[in-house]
Amino acid sequence: MLQQRDPAWAREFEAILQAYERAGGRPDVLQTPRVASAVISGNQVLAVNLVEGVSIEAQEMESGVRARIVVAPDTVVEYPVHLCFGMIPSEGLQEIISEFEIGERAEVGFLAHCTFPNAVDLKHVMDARIRVGSGATMRYSEAHYHGSTGGIEVLPTTHAQVDEGGRLESEFSLVHGRVGRLDIQFEVDVDAGGTVELTAKAYGSAEDEINVNEVVRLNGEGARGLTKTRAAVRDRAISKVYTTAEGNAPGAVGHMDCTEIVRGKAVARNVPVVVVRDDRARVTHEAAIGSVSKKELETLMARGLDEDDAVDIIIRGMLA
Amino acid sequence: MQNDVLLQVEDVWLQRPGAEVLRGVDLTVGRGEVHALLGLNGSGKTSLALTLMGATGYRPERGRILFEGQDITNLSVTERARLGLTLAWQEPARFEGLPTADYLALGMKKPTRERIEEALAAVALSPPAYLSRTVNSALSGGERKRIELAAVYAMQPRLAVLDEPDSGVDVLCIGDIMVLIRRMASEGTSVLLITHRDEMAEVADKASLICGGAVVNTGTPAEVREYFAQRCRPHGDRLGSQPWGVEAGGTYQRVVAEGVCSE
Repeated sequence: MLQQRDPAWAREFEAILQAYERAGGRPDVLQTPRVASAVISGNQVLAVNLVEGVSIEAQEMESGVRARIVVAPDTVVEYPVHLCFGMIPSEGLQEIISEFEIGERAEVGFLAHCTFPNAVDLKHVMDARIRVGSGATMRYSEAHYHGSTGGIEVLPTTHAQVDEGGRLESEFSLVHGRVGRLDIQFEVDVDAGGTVELTAKAYGSAEDEINVNEVVRLNGEGARGLTKTRAAVRDRAISKVYTTAEGNAPGAVGHMDCTEIVRGKAVARNVPVVVVRDDRARVTHEAAIGSVSKKELETLMARGLDEDDAVDIIIRGMLA
Repeated sequence: MQNDVLLQVEDVWLQRPGAEVLRGVDLTVGRGEVHALLGLNGSGKTSLALTLMGATGYRPERGRILFEGQDITNLSVTERARLGLTLAWQEPARFEGLPTADYLALGMKKPTRERIEEALAAVALSPPAYLSRTVNSALSGGERKRIELAAVYAMQPRLAVLDEPDSGVDVLCIGDIMVLIRRMASEGTSVLLITHRDEMAEVADKASLICGGAVVNTGTPAEVREYFAQRCRPHGDRLGSQPWGVEAGGTYQRVVAEGVCSE
């Protein structure tokens, strides 16, 4: 592990902070004592800051970092925990193996920025396990920035458990820079009275490939689940969205909502799967795939924008 | 073309699926002029607005449109907008994730916060309450209409085509819209005001009456109202699309000859 007074640490820290800013993060927050945070570059843990009730244990591995993040029961964390993951080199592998344990009745938000500004041949693997305790709330937002070459694979896999009355909101966003290949795998089990909301947003171009595969199992009475996917693809990019919602208990309510915009020779696909195992559960889905609305497009063109810029504004608005 | 003419529409015909919606429209709008285009539902007002803007599916098969003396009949929407022509849609589009301030700034050559706030205030919307609101379906129809007008005002075009700016807004707001239209004219924007309320036409310098896809009368707003009152009468066999007719005579002969309205 690099030491904080080491010049090599300072160079690496400075570089990752610059990349973090390009991904939409605020570097000053990572150095604010009252905000819990972790900064990870490649397989190096450059900085960790803790606040009361939040523990972050991070271990460096050969090609990444293993982290365990625990929020103590009944802790309400005032500011979101800021996480910065990234790699400055153009090639390599970064594996983040993480475990989130949110104690009963705790409330916490996470703001993660993943930045790979120079990626040419790079793989970012995330394997997360999440447990949201009874009555607890976890909000997790992850934004990516990948540079302009598309030479990157992002492979996040998550297994989550939401206990009775718990709430998990997860948002993944990859709308700046090239996507490369994105393959989101997310499975979540929800107990009685629990709620889960999964949002994924991605904007692919050139030969980018977007795969979203989400499975929501509403196992407890009154469990609620929502998946919301917004994807836009242009050029020859491909978007494939597979979502499954299972209503397995009385009063379980699930909904899947997918909107995809297609331009050029791109291809978008959405396959919602509805499974209901209890006659008092209800699961619905809606999907819209197509080009941008002609009326929206011509409204912006009537303000003087050319067609490409107008399309970009409409898509970025949808992905905002 | 005279120098005081900004827009000249010459014998424009437009076919839409299942109907010929414009049948030889002739219309002239002068520089700095507010020109009201009056007509009942289905008379061709919105089709003409979309034709002027060059919207998809609204390219005329005959006739031409001159703007500042330049033939713009085959120009794209963007090209027309960059020449200074824009349109406030009758039912404005909604945009997910686009804040009102950004929406207004899109059409401005040099966007400033002051001008954006001024434009919102001009349509009786409080800038602090609306600047960051998204132009999406959370807005009421009336709010969205006012934002559309504010966007056109902020843009400072040479010609603003306002398609029924009074529809869907509360009656109390109509006075604000009329004031805004005069303000636009005083700041150098000509306005083609499309409406079916003849009281709205009071703000106009000139007016034209459109019926069955053709302009049948042009004059002062009072003259056009008089023409409508004296020469138009209920038209039982076309209820729902053109519930009135005009006695034969003058420019209307041709429309009658096309069988759009009967005597």
